[in-house]
Amino acid sequence: MSQEPIRERMSGNEAVAEAIRQVNPDVMPAFPITPSTEIPQMVSSFIAGGKVDTEFIPVESEHSAMSAAIGSESAGARTMTATSSAGLALMWEELLLAASNRLPIVLTLVNRTLSGPININCDHSDGMGARDTGWIQIYAENNQEVYDNYIQAFPIAEDARVHLPVMICQDGFITSHAVENINLLPDQPVKDFVGTYEPEEFLLNPGKPIAVGPYSISAYAMEAKRAQAEAMENAAEVILEVAKRFEEMSGRSYGFFESYRMEDADYCMLIMGSAAGTAKQAVDEMREEGKKVGVLKLRVFRPFPEKQIAEALKNCKAVAIMDRCESYNGNCGPLGSEVTAGLYRNKVNLEAVCYTYGLAGRDFTTTHVKEIFGALQSLVEEGKKIPHNQYIGLRTKK
Amino acid sequence: MDQTLEIRWHGRGGQGAKTAALLLADVAFMTGKNVQGFPEYGPERMGAPITAFNRISAFPIRVHSNIYEPDYVAVVDETLLASVHVTDGLSPEGAIIINTPKSAEEIRGKLQGYTGRVITIDARGISEETLGKNFPNTPMLAAVVAVTGVMEKDAFFAQMQDSFAHKFAKKPQVIEGNMKALKMAYYVAEKATEKQ
Repeated sequence: MSQEPIRERMSGNEAVAEAIRQVNPDVMPAFPITPSTEIPQMVSSFIAGGKVDTEFIPVESEHSAMSAAIGSESAGARTMTATSSAGLALMWEELLLAASNRLPIVLTLVNRTLSGPININCDHSDGMGARDTGWIQIYAENNQEVYDNYIQAFPIAEDARVHLPVMICQDGFITSHAVENINLLPDQPVKDFVGTYEPEEFLLNPGKPIAVGPYSISAYAMEAKRAQAEAMENAAEVILEVAKRFEEMSGRSYGFFESYRMEDADYCMLIMGSAAGTAKQAVDEMREEGKKVGVLKLRVFRPFPEKQIAEALKNCKAVAIMDRCESYNGNCGPLGSEVTAGLYRNKVNLEAVCYTYGLAGRDFTTTHVKEIFGALQSLVEEGKKIPHNQYIGLRTKK
Repeated sequence: MDQTLEIRWHGRGGQGAKTAALLLADVAFMTGKNVQGFPEYGPERMGAPITAFNRISAFPIRVHSNIYEPDYVAVVDETLLASVHVTDGLSPEGAIIINTPKSAEEIRGKLQGYTGRVITIDARGISEETLGKNFPNTPMLAAVVAVTGVMEKDAFFAQMQDSFAHKFAKKPQVIEGNMKALKMAYYVAEKATEKQ
Protein backbone atom coordinates (compact mmCIF):
# COMPACT_ATOMS: atom_id res chain seq x y z
CA MET A 1 0.00 0.00 0.00
CA SER A 2 1.20 3.47 -0.83
CA GLN A 3 2.64 5.44 2.09
CA GLU A 4 1.33 8.82 3.26
CA PRO A 5 3.99 11.29 2.02
CA ILE A 6 5.88 13.49 4.49
CA ARG A 7 5.83 17.01 3.03
CA GLU A 8 9.25 18.63 3.44
CA ARG A 9 11.64 21.05 1.77
CA MET A 10 15.34 20.48 1.40
CA SER A 11 18.25 20.59 -1.02
CA GLY A 12 19.27 17.67 -3.23
CA ASN A 13 22.28 16.96 -1.02
CA GLU A 14 20.06 16.96 2.06
CA ALA A 15 17.68 14.59 0.27
CA VAL A 16 20.51 12.12 -0.39
CA ALA A 17 21.69 12.43 3.22
CA GLU A 18 18.15 11.76 4.42
CA ALA A 19 17.97 8.62 2.26
CA ILE A 20 21.35 7.50 3.65
CA ARG A 21 20.07 8.05 7.20
CA GLN A 22 17.05 5.88 6.42
CA VAL A 23 19.05 3.13 4.71
CA ASN A 24 21.78 3.24 7.40
CA PRO A 25 24.53 1.56 5.32
CA ASP A 26 27.42 -0.19 7.10
CA VAL A 27 30.38 1.78 5.78
CA MET A 28 31.10 5.16 4.16
CA PRO A 29 34.65 5.94 3.08
CA ALA A 30 34.71 9.48 1.63
CA PHE A 31 36.88 12.44 0.73
CA PRO A 32 35.28 15.89 0.38
CA ILE A 33 34.91 17.72 -2.94
CA THR A 34 32.51 20.51 -3.95
CA PRO A 35 29.56 20.21 -4.54
CA SER A 36 29.19 16.77 -2.92
CA THR A 37 30.98 17.63 0.36
CA GLU A 38 27.76 18.26 2.27
CA ILE A 39 26.78 14.59 1.94
CA PRO A 40 29.66 13.05 3.96
CA GLN A 41 29.44 16.09 6.24
CA MET A 42 25.77 15.41 7.02
CA VAL A 43 26.37 11.68 7.39
CA SER A 44 29.18 12.47 9.86
CA SER A 45 26.76 14.49 11.95
CA PHE A 46 24.21 11.64 11.83
CA ILE A 47 26.94 9.34 13.13
CA ALA A 48 27.94 11.83 15.84
CA GLY A 49 24.28 12.18 16.84
CA GLY A 50 23.76 8.42 16.99
CA LYS A 51 21.16 8.48 14.19
CA VAL A 52 23.04 5.87 12.14
CA ASP A 53 25.67 3.31 13.03
CA THR A 54 27.55 3.66 9.74
CA GLU A 55 31.33 3.34 10.01
CA PHE A 56 32.85 6.48 8.47
CA ILE A 57 36.34 6.05 7.05
CA PRO A 58 38.16 9.35 6.51
CA VAL A 59 40.70 8.90 3.72
CA GLU A 60 43.35 11.07 2.06
CA SER A 61 41.96 10.95 -1.49
CA GLU A 62 39.11 9.68 -3.63
CA HIS A 63 41.43 6.96 -4.95
CA SER A 64 41.57 5.70 -1.37
CA ALA A 65 37.84 6.28 -0.81
CA MET A 66 36.96 3.88 -3.61
CA SER A 67 39.73 1.47 -2.58
CA ALA A 68 38.32 1.36 0.95
CA ALA A 69 34.80 0.92 -0.47
CA ILE A 70 36.01 -2.06 -2.49
CA GLY A 71 37.60 -3.56 0.61
CA SER A 72 34.60 -3.16 2.84
CA GLU A 73 32.08 -4.29 0.22
CA SER A 74 34.24 -7.36 -0.47
CA ALA A 75 34.18 -8.08 3.25
CA GLY A 76 30.38 -8.20 3.09
CA ALA A 77 29.50 -4.72 4.35
CA ARG A 78 26.92 -2.51 2.60
CA THR A 79 29.08 0.38 1.42
CA MET A 80 28.48 3.77 -0.16
CA THR A 81 30.39 6.95 -0.91
CA ALA A 82 29.91 10.34 -2.54
CA THR A 83 32.00 12.46 -4.89
CA SER A 84 32.10 14.93 -7.78
CA SER A 85 34.21 15.88 -10.79
CA ALA A 86 37.96 15.37 -10.25
CA GLY A 87 37.11 13.14 -7.28
CA LEU A 88 35.42 10.67 -9.62
CA ALA A 89 38.28 11.00 -12.11
CA LEU A 90 40.76 10.07 -9.37
CA MET A 91 38.65 6.97 -8.61
CA TRP A 92 38.77 5.81 -12.20
CA GLU A 93 40.99 2.75 -11.79
CA GLU A 94 38.99 1.62 -8.75
CA LEU A 95 35.64 2.19 -10.47
CA LEU A 96 36.60 -0.56 -12.93
CA LEU A 97 37.72 -2.84 -10.08
CA ALA A 98 34.47 -2.30 -8.18
CA ALA A 99 32.42 -3.26 -11.22
CA SER A 100 34.56 -6.19 -12.39
CA ASN A 101 34.71 -7.64 -8.87
CA ARG A 102 30.91 -7.37 -8.96
CA LEU A 103 30.66 -5.28 -5.82
CA PRO A 104 27.27 -3.57 -5.29
CA ILE A 105 28.69 -0.28 -3.96
CA VAL A 106 26.42 2.79 -4.21
CA LEU A 107 28.12 6.05 -5.14
CA THR A 108 26.23 9.30 -5.19
CA LEU A 109 27.71 11.56 -7.85
CA VAL A 110 26.97 15.26 -7.65
CA ASN A 111 27.75 16.15 -11.24
CA ARG A 112 30.37 18.83 -11.77
CA THR A 113 32.53 19.68 -14.75
CA LEU A 114 36.09 18.39 -15.14
CA SER A 115 39.00 20.80 -15.46
CA GLY A 116 39.89 22.84 -17.30
CA PRO A 117 39.24 25.61 -17.04
CA ILE A 118 38.87 24.86 -13.36
CA ASN A 119 35.25 25.46 -12.43
CA ILE A 120 32.96 24.10 -9.71
CA ASN A 121 29.64 24.10 -11.56
CA CYS A 122 27.49 21.48 -13.20
CA ASP A 123 27.89 19.50 -16.31
CA HIS A 124 27.92 15.77 -16.93
CA SER A 125 31.57 15.29 -17.97
CA ASP A 126 32.43 13.47 -14.74
CA GLY A 127 29.64 10.87 -15.03
CA MET A 128 30.04 10.55 -18.79
CA GLY A 129 33.78 10.02 -18.37
CA ALA A 130 32.94 6.96 -16.27
CA ARG A 131 30.29 5.64 -18.64
CA ASP A 132 32.28 2.59 -19.70
CA THR A 133 33.55 1.59 -16.25
CA GLY A 134 30.74 -0.95 -15.76
CA TRP A 135 28.66 1.05 -13.28
CA ILE A 136 24.92 1.40 -13.54
CA GLN A 137 24.13 5.12 -13.89
CA ILE A 138 20.84 6.75 -12.94
CA TYR A 139 20.28 10.51 -13.35
CA ALA A 140 17.79 12.74 -11.54
CA GLU A 141 15.80 15.85 -12.47
CA ASN A 142 15.35 17.17 -8.92
CA ASN A 143 15.72 16.44 -5.19
CA GLN A 144 12.70 14.12 -5.21
CA GLU A 145 14.14 11.93 -7.93
CA VAL A 146 17.61 11.71 -6.43
CA TYR A 147 16.05 10.67 -3.10
CA ASP A 148 13.86 8.06 -4.79
CA ASN A 149 16.69 6.80 -7.01
CA TYR A 150 19.00 6.46 -4.02
CA ILE A 151 16.59 4.21 -2.17
CA GLN A 152 16.17 2.05 -5.28
CA ALA A 153 19.95 1.80 -5.83
CA PHE A 154 20.61 -0.84 -3.18
CA PRO A 155 18.03 -3.45 -4.28
CA ILE A 156 19.20 -2.98 -7.89
CA ALA A 157 22.91 -3.29 -7.09
CA GLU A 158 22.56 -6.21 -4.67
CA ASP A 159 20.22 -8.34 -6.80
CA ALA A 160 21.88 -11.71 -7.51
CA ARG A 161 21.26 -11.23 -11.26
CA VAL A 162 23.16 -7.94 -11.19
CA HIS A 163 25.86 -7.56 -8.51
CA LEU A 164 27.12 -4.31 -9.95
CA PRO A 165 27.87 -0.92 -8.43
CA VAL A 166 25.40 1.92 -8.97
CA MET A 167 26.04 5.62 -9.51
CA ILE A 168 23.17 7.88 -8.44
CA CYS A 169 23.67 11.22 -10.19
CA GLN A 170 22.28 14.70 -9.64
CA ASP A 171 23.23 18.11 -11.02
CA GLY A 172 25.76 19.98 -8.90
CA PHE A 173 24.43 23.17 -7.32
CA ILE A 174 21.38 23.27 -9.61
CA THR A 175 19.68 20.58 -7.56
CA SER A 176 22.31 19.69 -4.94
CA HIS A 177 22.16 23.17 -3.40
CA ALA A 178 18.60 24.22 -4.32
CA VAL A 179 15.95 23.94 -1.64
CA GLU A 180 12.72 22.59 -3.13
CA ASN A 181 9.62 20.75 -1.96
CA ILE A 182 9.94 17.01 -1.54
CA ASN A 183 7.77 14.13 -0.34
CA LEU A 184 9.74 11.88 1.98
CA LEU A 185 8.88 8.33 2.98
CA PRO A 186 8.70 7.16 6.59
CA ASP A 187 11.82 5.37 7.87
CA GLN A 188 10.45 1.86 8.35
CA PRO A 189 9.02 1.30 4.85
CA VAL A 190 12.35 2.48 3.39
CA LYS A 191 14.27 0.09 5.62
CA ASP A 192 11.93 -2.75 4.67
CA PHE A 193 12.22 -1.84 0.99
CA VAL A 194 16.00 -1.94 1.04
CA GLY A 195 16.13 -4.95 3.38
CA THR A 196 19.14 -6.45 5.11
CA TYR A 197 22.25 -6.95 3.00
CA GLU A 198 23.00 -10.63 2.77
CA PRO A 199 25.73 -11.21 0.17
CA GLU A 200 25.89 -14.74 -1.18
CA GLU A 201 29.69 -14.71 -0.93
CA PHE A 202 32.09 -12.44 0.89
CA LEU A 203 35.67 -12.33 2.14
CA LEU A 204 35.16 -12.52 5.89
CA ASN A 205 33.35 -15.81 5.68
CA PRO A 206 35.56 -18.53 7.23
CA GLY A 207 33.33 -21.42 6.17
CA LYS A 208 33.33 -20.41 2.50
CA PRO A 209 36.58 -18.76 1.45
CA ILE A 210 36.79 -16.80 -1.81
CA ALA A 211 39.43 -14.79 -3.63
CA VAL A 212 38.68 -11.24 -4.75
CA GLY A 213 40.61 -9.68 -7.60
CA PRO A 214 43.13 -12.43 -8.45
CA TYR A 215 45.06 -12.55 -11.72
CA SER A 216 43.11 -14.16 -14.52
CA ILE A 217 44.89 -15.74 -17.45
CA SER A 218 43.68 -15.08 -20.99
CA ALA A 219 42.00 -18.46 -21.08
CA TYR A 220 39.41 -17.19 -18.55
CA ALA A 221 39.52 -13.37 -18.38
CA MET A 222 37.32 -12.84 -21.42
CA GLU A 223 34.55 -14.98 -19.93
CA ALA A 224 34.68 -12.87 -16.77
CA LYS A 225 34.20 -9.73 -18.85
CA ARG A 226 31.35 -11.31 -20.79
CA ALA A 227 29.66 -12.31 -17.50
CA GLN A 228 29.98 -8.72 -16.34
CA ALA A 229 28.37 -7.48 -19.55
CA GLU A 230 25.50 -9.93 -19.03
CA ALA A 231 25.02 -8.60 -15.50
CA MET A 232 24.59 -5.12 -17.00
CA GLU A 233 22.02 -6.52 -19.46
CA ASN A 234 20.20 -8.18 -16.55
CA ALA A 235 20.16 -4.88 -14.68
CA ALA A 236 17.54 -3.56 -17.11
CA GLU A 237 14.78 -5.90 -15.92
CA VAL A 238 15.83 -5.53 -12.29
CA ILE A 239 15.66 -1.73 -12.53
CA LEU A 240 12.07 -2.02 -13.76
CA GLU A 241 11.11 -4.57 -11.08
CA VAL A 242 12.55 -2.38 -8.33
CA ALA A 243 10.78 0.67 -9.79
CA LYS A 244 7.48 -1.21 -9.71
CA ARG A 245 7.98 -2.20 -6.10
CA PHE A 246 8.97 1.40 -5.31
CA GLU A 247 5.79 2.68 -6.94
CA GLU A 248 3.72 0.37 -4.73
CA MET A 249 5.35 1.96 -1.69
CA SER A 250 5.54 5.60 -2.78
CA GLY A 251 2.97 6.08 -5.53
CA ARG A 252 5.77 7.50 -7.70
CA SER A 253 6.45 5.79 -11.00
CA TYR A 254 9.86 5.36 -12.66
CA GLY A 255 11.21 3.68 -15.79
CA PHE A 256 14.26 3.95 -18.06
CA PHE A 257 13.01 7.37 -19.04
CA GLU A 258 10.02 9.67 -18.70
CA SER A 259 7.98 10.44 -21.82
CA TYR A 260 6.46 13.88 -21.39
CA ARG A 261 3.70 14.89 -23.82
CA MET A 262 5.18 12.48 -26.36
CA GLU A 263 1.91 10.75 -27.44
CA ASP A 264 1.49 12.84 -30.60
CA ALA A 265 4.76 14.78 -30.57
CA ASP A 266 6.41 15.58 -33.91
CA TYR A 267 9.47 17.07 -32.24
CA CYS A 268 11.26 15.72 -29.20
CA MET A 269 13.99 16.95 -26.89
CA LEU A 270 15.96 14.08 -25.36
CA ILE A 271 17.66 15.33 -22.22
CA MET A 272 18.95 14.22 -18.79
CA GLY A 273 19.03 15.83 -15.36
CA SER A 274 17.71 19.12 -14.03
CA ALA A 275 17.38 20.74 -17.47
CA ALA A 276 14.56 18.27 -18.26
CA GLY A 277 12.29 20.26 -15.93
CA THR A 278 13.08 23.45 -17.82
CA ALA A 279 12.34 21.63 -21.08
CA LYS A 280 8.96 20.41 -19.77
CA GLN A 281 7.97 23.94 -18.78
CA ALA A 282 8.85 25.19 -22.29
CA VAL A 283 6.94 22.28 -23.86
CA ASP A 284 3.81 23.22 -21.89
CA GLU A 285 4.08 26.80 -23.10
CA MET A 286 4.59 25.69 -26.72
CA ARG A 287 1.69 23.23 -26.50
CA GLU A 288 -0.54 26.22 -25.60
CA GLU A 289 0.44 27.59 -29.02
CA GLY A 290 -0.48 24.30 -30.68
CA LYS A 291 3.08 23.03 -31.25
CA LYS A 292 3.41 19.24 -31.13
CA VAL A 293 6.47 18.99 -28.93
CA GLY A 294 7.54 16.62 -26.18
CA VAL A 295 10.40 15.66 -23.88
CA LEU A 296 12.09 12.32 -23.39
CA LYS A 297 13.93 12.57 -20.08
CA LEU A 298 16.52 9.82 -19.81
CA ARG A 299 16.85 8.45 -16.28
CA VAL A 300 18.88 5.28 -16.81
CA PHE A 301 22.01 5.88 -18.88
CA ARG A 302 23.66 2.55 -17.97
CA PRO A 303 22.39 0.08 -19.01
CA PHE A 304 21.52 2.13 -22.09
CA PRO A 305 17.87 1.52 -23.09
CA GLU A 306 18.55 1.74 -26.81
CA LYS A 307 15.53 -0.22 -28.10
CA GLN A 308 13.08 1.59 -25.84
CA ILE A 309 14.39 5.00 -26.89
CA ALA A 310 14.14 4.07 -30.57
CA GLU A 311 10.59 2.85 -30.00
CA ALA A 312 9.64 6.08 -28.17
CA LEU A 313 11.00 8.23 -31.02
CA LYS A 314 9.74 6.22 -34.00
CA ASN A 315 6.77 8.49 -34.76
CA CYS A 316 8.65 11.78 -34.35
CA LYS A 317 9.93 13.88 -37.25
CA ALA A 318 13.00 15.18 -35.44
CA VAL A 319 14.82 14.88 -32.14
CA ALA A 320 17.25 17.23 -30.42
CA ILE A 321 19.72 15.15 -28.39
CA MET A 322 21.09 17.23 -25.55
CA ASP A 323 24.56 16.59 -24.15
CA ARG A 324 25.79 18.41 -21.06
CA CYS A 325 29.25 17.14 -21.95
CA GLU A 326 31.80 17.59 -24.74
CA SER A 327 33.34 14.43 -26.22
CA TYR A 328 35.99 16.22 -28.32
CA ASN A 329 35.40 13.68 -31.09
CA GLY A 330 34.52 16.24 -33.74
CA ASN A 331 30.93 15.07 -33.85
CA CYS A 332 28.76 15.12 -30.74
CA GLY A 333 28.55 14.19 -27.07
CA PRO A 334 28.06 10.66 -25.69
CA LEU A 335 24.27 10.83 -25.61
CA GLY A 336 24.23 12.01 -29.22
CA SER A 337 26.51 9.15 -30.30
CA GLU A 338 24.61 6.44 -28.46
CA VAL A 339 21.11 7.60 -29.35
CA THR A 340 21.88 8.01 -33.06
CA ALA A 341 23.62 4.59 -33.15
CA GLY A 342 20.56 3.09 -31.45
CA LEU A 343 18.18 4.69 -33.94
CA TYR A 344 20.20 3.22 -36.83
CA ARG A 345 20.39 -0.26 -35.32
CA ASN A 346 16.65 -0.24 -34.66
CA LYS A 347 15.89 1.09 -38.15
CA VAL A 348 14.19 4.23 -36.90
CA ASN A 349 14.87 7.05 -39.31
CA LEU A 350 14.34 10.64 -38.24
CA GLU A 351 16.26 13.90 -38.17
CA ALA A 352 18.59 13.96 -35.17
CA VAL A 353 20.37 17.15 -34.15
CA CYS A 354 22.94 16.93 -31.36
CA TYR A 355 23.30 19.92 -29.07
CA THR A 356 25.93 20.67 -26.44
CA TYR A 357 24.56 22.80 -23.62
CA GLY A 358 25.17 23.87 -20.05
CA LEU A 359 28.91 23.21 -19.84
CA ALA A 360 30.56 24.28 -16.57
CA GLY A 361 27.32 25.64 -15.19
CA ARG A 362 26.21 27.68 -18.25
CA ASP A 363 22.54 28.37 -17.66
CA PHE A 364 19.94 26.60 -19.82
CA THR A 365 16.57 28.33 -20.14
CA THR A 366 13.10 27.85 -21.61
CA THR A 367 14.16 30.34 -24.32
CA HIS A 368 16.91 27.92 -25.40
CA VAL A 369 14.41 25.05 -25.50
CA LYS A 370 12.05 27.04 -27.72
CA GLU A 371 14.90 28.09 -30.01
CA ILE A 372 15.90 24.44 -30.47
CA PHE A 373 12.35 23.28 -31.23
CA GLY A 374 12.11 26.17 -33.73
CA ALA A 375 15.28 24.94 -35.43
CA LEU A 376 13.94 21.35 -35.63
CA GLN A 377 10.72 22.61 -37.13
CA SER A 378 12.44 24.70 -39.81
CA LEU A 379 14.73 21.76 -40.61
CA VAL A 380 11.75 19.45 -41.23
CA GLU A 381 9.08 21.79 -42.56
CA GLU A 382 11.16 24.27 -44.59
CA GLY A 383 14.08 22.00 -45.41
CA LYS A 384 16.41 24.56 -43.86
CA LYS A 385 19.98 23.30 -43.58
CA ILE A 386 21.27 23.39 -40.01
CA PRO A 387 24.41 21.83 -38.52
CA HIS A 388 23.66 18.44 -36.97
CA ASN A 389 26.12 19.14 -34.18
CA GLN A 390 25.93 22.49 -32.46
CA TYR A 391 26.20 24.46 -29.24
CA ILE A 392 23.39 26.36 -27.53
CA GLY A 393 23.90 29.20 -25.06
CA LEU A 394 27.39 30.22 -26.20
CA ARG A 395 28.41 33.85 -25.78
CA THR A 396 28.48 35.67 -29.09
CA LYS A 397 30.78 38.49 -30.12
CA LYS A 398 29.19 41.89 -29.70
CA MET B 1 -0.67 29.65 -16.65
CA ASP B 2 2.50 31.10 -15.16
CA GLN B 3 1.62 32.24 -11.65
CA THR B 4 5.08 31.74 -10.22
CA LEU B 5 6.44 34.58 -8.10
CA GLU B 6 10.10 35.13 -8.96
CA ILE B 7 12.56 36.99 -6.73
CA ARG B 8 16.23 37.73 -7.33
CA TRP B 9 18.62 38.60 -4.51
CA HIS B 10 21.86 40.54 -4.94
CA GLY B 11 24.51 40.52 -2.27
CA ARG B 12 28.16 39.96 -1.66
CA GLY B 13 29.74 36.64 -0.68
CA GLY B 14 29.53 36.25 3.08
CA GLN B 15 26.63 38.69 3.63
CA GLY B 16 23.95 36.05 3.67
CA ALA B 17 21.92 36.75 0.52
CA LYS B 18 21.79 32.99 -0.04
CA THR B 19 20.65 32.42 3.55
CA ALA B 20 17.96 35.07 3.12
CA ALA B 21 16.71 33.32 -0.03
CA LEU B 22 16.63 29.98 1.79
CA LEU B 23 14.78 31.56 4.72
CA LEU B 24 12.21 33.02 2.35
CA ALA B 25 11.78 29.59 0.73
CA ASP B 26 11.23 28.16 4.20
CA VAL B 27 8.62 30.76 5.11
CA ALA B 28 6.72 30.27 1.86
CA PHE B 29 6.90 26.48 2.25
CA MET B 30 5.20 26.83 5.64
CA THR B 31 2.24 28.53 3.93
CA GLY B 32 1.74 25.43 1.79
CA LYS B 33 3.43 26.74 -1.34
CA ASN B 34 5.85 25.07 -3.69
CA VAL B 35 9.21 26.75 -3.38
CA GLN B 36 12.68 27.01 -4.82
CA GLY B 37 15.62 28.78 -3.16
CA PHE B 38 19.05 28.57 -4.73
CA PRO B 39 22.29 30.49 -5.10
CA GLU B 40 24.46 31.15 -8.13
CA TYR B 41 28.10 30.80 -7.24
CA GLY B 42 30.66 32.87 -9.04
CA PRO B 43 34.17 33.26 -7.72
CA GLU B 44 34.28 31.66 -4.26
CA ARG B 45 35.51 34.57 -2.18
CA MET B 46 34.19 36.92 0.47
CA GLY B 47 32.84 40.16 -0.96
CA ALA B 48 32.35 39.04 -4.58
CA PRO B 49 28.90 39.85 -5.99
CA ILE B 50 26.56 36.86 -5.75
CA THR B 51 22.96 36.26 -6.70
CA ALA B 52 20.36 34.01 -5.15
CA PHE B 53 16.89 33.20 -6.37
CA ASN B 54 13.40 32.26 -5.21
CA ARG B 55 10.46 30.84 -7.06
CA ILE B 56 7.19 30.51 -5.16
CA SER B 57 4.12 28.91 -6.69
CA ALA B 58 0.88 27.14 -5.98
CA PHE B 59 1.98 24.55 -8.55
CA PRO B 60 5.05 22.28 -8.71
CA ILE B 61 8.10 24.20 -9.97
CA ARG B 62 10.09 22.49 -12.71
CA VAL B 63 12.27 25.21 -14.23
CA HIS B 64 15.89 24.92 -13.14
CA SER B 65 17.40 28.06 -14.58
CA ASN B 66 18.29 31.43 -13.10
CA ILE B 67 15.73 34.22 -13.03
CA TYR B 68 16.06 36.89 -15.74
CA GLU B 69 12.66 38.62 -15.44
CA PRO B 70 12.00 38.77 -11.69
CA ASP B 71 8.87 40.17 -10.10
CA TYR B 72 10.97 41.51 -7.25
CA VAL B 73 14.62 42.26 -6.60
CA ALA B 74 16.24 42.50 -3.17
CA VAL B 75 19.63 44.19 -2.80
CA VAL B 76 21.43 43.34 0.43
CA ASP B 77 24.41 45.65 -0.25
CA GLU B 78 23.86 49.16 -1.59
CA THR B 79 27.41 49.39 -3.00
CA LEU B 80 26.42 46.83 -5.65
CA LEU B 81 24.36 49.50 -7.38
CA ALA B 82 27.61 50.98 -8.73
CA SER B 83 28.70 47.77 -10.48
CA VAL B 84 25.72 45.45 -11.04
CA HIS B 85 22.61 46.22 -13.13
CA VAL B 86 20.30 44.98 -10.40
CA THR B 87 17.11 46.05 -12.19
CA ASP B 88 17.82 44.01 -15.37
CA GLY B 89 14.56 42.39 -16.46
CA LEU B 90 12.73 43.54 -13.32
CA SER B 91 8.98 43.90 -13.80
CA PRO B 92 7.75 47.52 -13.50
CA GLU B 93 4.70 46.03 -11.76
CA GLY B 94 6.98 44.64 -9.06
CA ALA B 95 9.44 46.41 -6.79
CA ILE B 96 13.06 46.66 -5.79
CA ILE B 97 13.94 46.47 -2.09
CA ILE B 98 17.30 47.97 -1.15
CA ASN B 99 19.25 47.91 2.10
CA THR B 100 20.21 51.58 2.53
CA PRO B 101 19.64 54.43 4.96
CA LYS B 102 18.86 56.67 1.95
CA SER B 103 15.38 57.50 0.71
CA ALA B 104 13.79 55.95 -2.38
CA GLU B 105 14.11 59.32 -4.16
CA GLU B 106 17.85 59.45 -3.51
CA ILE B 107 18.35 55.89 -4.79
CA ARG B 108 16.14 55.91 -7.87
CA GLY B 109 18.73 57.75 -9.96
CA LYS B 110 21.08 54.77 -9.66
CA LEU B 111 18.53 52.25 -10.98
CA GLN B 112 18.97 52.50 -14.76
CA GLY B 113 15.62 54.25 -15.23
CA TYR B 114 13.56 51.67 -13.36
CA THR B 115 9.97 52.94 -13.19
CA GLY B 116 8.47 50.57 -10.62
CA ARG B 117 8.34 50.88 -6.85
CA VAL B 118 11.57 51.47 -4.95
CA ILE B 119 11.50 50.43 -1.29
CA THR B 120 14.46 51.38 0.85
CA ILE B 121 15.06 49.78 4.21
CA ASP B 122 17.89 50.55 6.61
CA ALA B 123 18.50 46.89 7.42
CA ARG B 124 21.93 47.64 8.75
CA GLY B 125 20.64 50.41 11.07
CA ILE B 126 17.77 48.21 12.29
CA SER B 127 20.10 45.28 12.88
CA GLU B 128 22.65 47.38 14.77
CA GLU B 129 19.91 48.93 16.89
CA THR B 130 18.21 45.65 17.80
CA LEU B 131 21.07 43.13 17.70
CA GLY B 132 24.10 45.34 18.19
CA LYS B 133 25.65 43.91 15.02
CA ASN B 134 25.22 44.15 11.27
CA PHE B 135 23.09 41.12 10.31
CA PRO B 136 20.98 42.51 7.47
CA ASN B 137 19.34 39.14 6.66
CA THR B 138 16.44 39.21 9.07
CA PRO B 139 15.31 42.77 8.31
CA MET B 140 15.70 42.17 4.55
CA LEU B 141 13.62 39.00 4.76
CA ALA B 142 10.88 40.88 6.66
CA ALA B 143 10.91 43.70 4.10
CA VAL B 144 10.62 41.23 1.21
CA VAL B 145 7.68 39.45 2.89
CA ALA B 146 5.97 42.82 3.56
CA VAL B 147 6.43 44.08 0.00
CA THR B 148 5.60 40.85 -1.85
CA GLY B 149 2.76 39.83 0.45
CA VAL B 150 3.93 36.24 0.09
CA MET B 151 2.67 35.49 3.61
CA GLU B 152 0.18 37.07 5.98
CA LYS B 153 1.78 39.20 8.73
CA ASP B 154 0.73 37.38 11.91
CA ALA B 155 1.46 33.96 10.45
CA PHE B 156 4.88 35.22 9.34
CA PHE B 157 5.73 36.55 12.81
CA ALA B 158 4.54 33.34 14.50
CA GLN B 159 6.49 31.23 12.03
CA MET B 160 9.68 33.21 12.53
CA GLN B 161 9.30 33.11 16.32
CA ASP B 162 9.25 29.30 16.08
CA SER B 163 12.11 29.20 13.65
CA PHE B 164 14.32 31.51 15.79
CA ALA B 165 13.48 29.46 18.90
CA HIS B 166 14.74 26.40 17.02
CA LYS B 167 17.75 28.09 15.40
CA PHE B 168 18.90 29.86 18.57
CA ALA B 169 18.05 27.09 21.05
CA LYS B 170 21.49 27.56 22.61
CA LYS B 171 21.39 31.37 22.45
CA PRO B 172 17.81 32.25 23.54
CA GLN B 173 18.90 35.79 24.47
CA VAL B 174 19.10 36.75 20.78
CA ILE B 175 15.55 35.64 19.91
CA GLU B 176 13.94 38.83 21.18
CA GLY B 177 16.36 41.09 19.29
CA ASN B 178 15.78 39.16 16.07
CA MET B 179 12.00 39.38 16.44
CA LYS B 180 12.32 43.12 17.11
CA ALA B 181 14.45 43.57 13.98
CA LEU B 182 11.96 41.52 11.99
CA LYS B 183 8.95 43.55 13.09
CA MET B 184 10.63 46.94 12.75
CA ALA B 185 11.69 46.15 9.19
CA TYR B 186 8.29 44.70 8.35
CA TYR B 187 6.44 47.85 9.44
CA VAL B 188 8.89 50.21 7.71
CA ALA B 189 8.57 48.27 4.45
CA GLU B 190 4.80 47.97 4.77
CA LYS B 191 4.49 51.73 5.22
CA ALA B 192 6.86 52.44 2.33
CA THR B 193 4.82 50.10 0.10
CA GLU B 194 1.54 51.85 0.98
CA LYS B 195 3.02 55.23 0.10
CA GLN B 196 3.93 54.24 -3.47
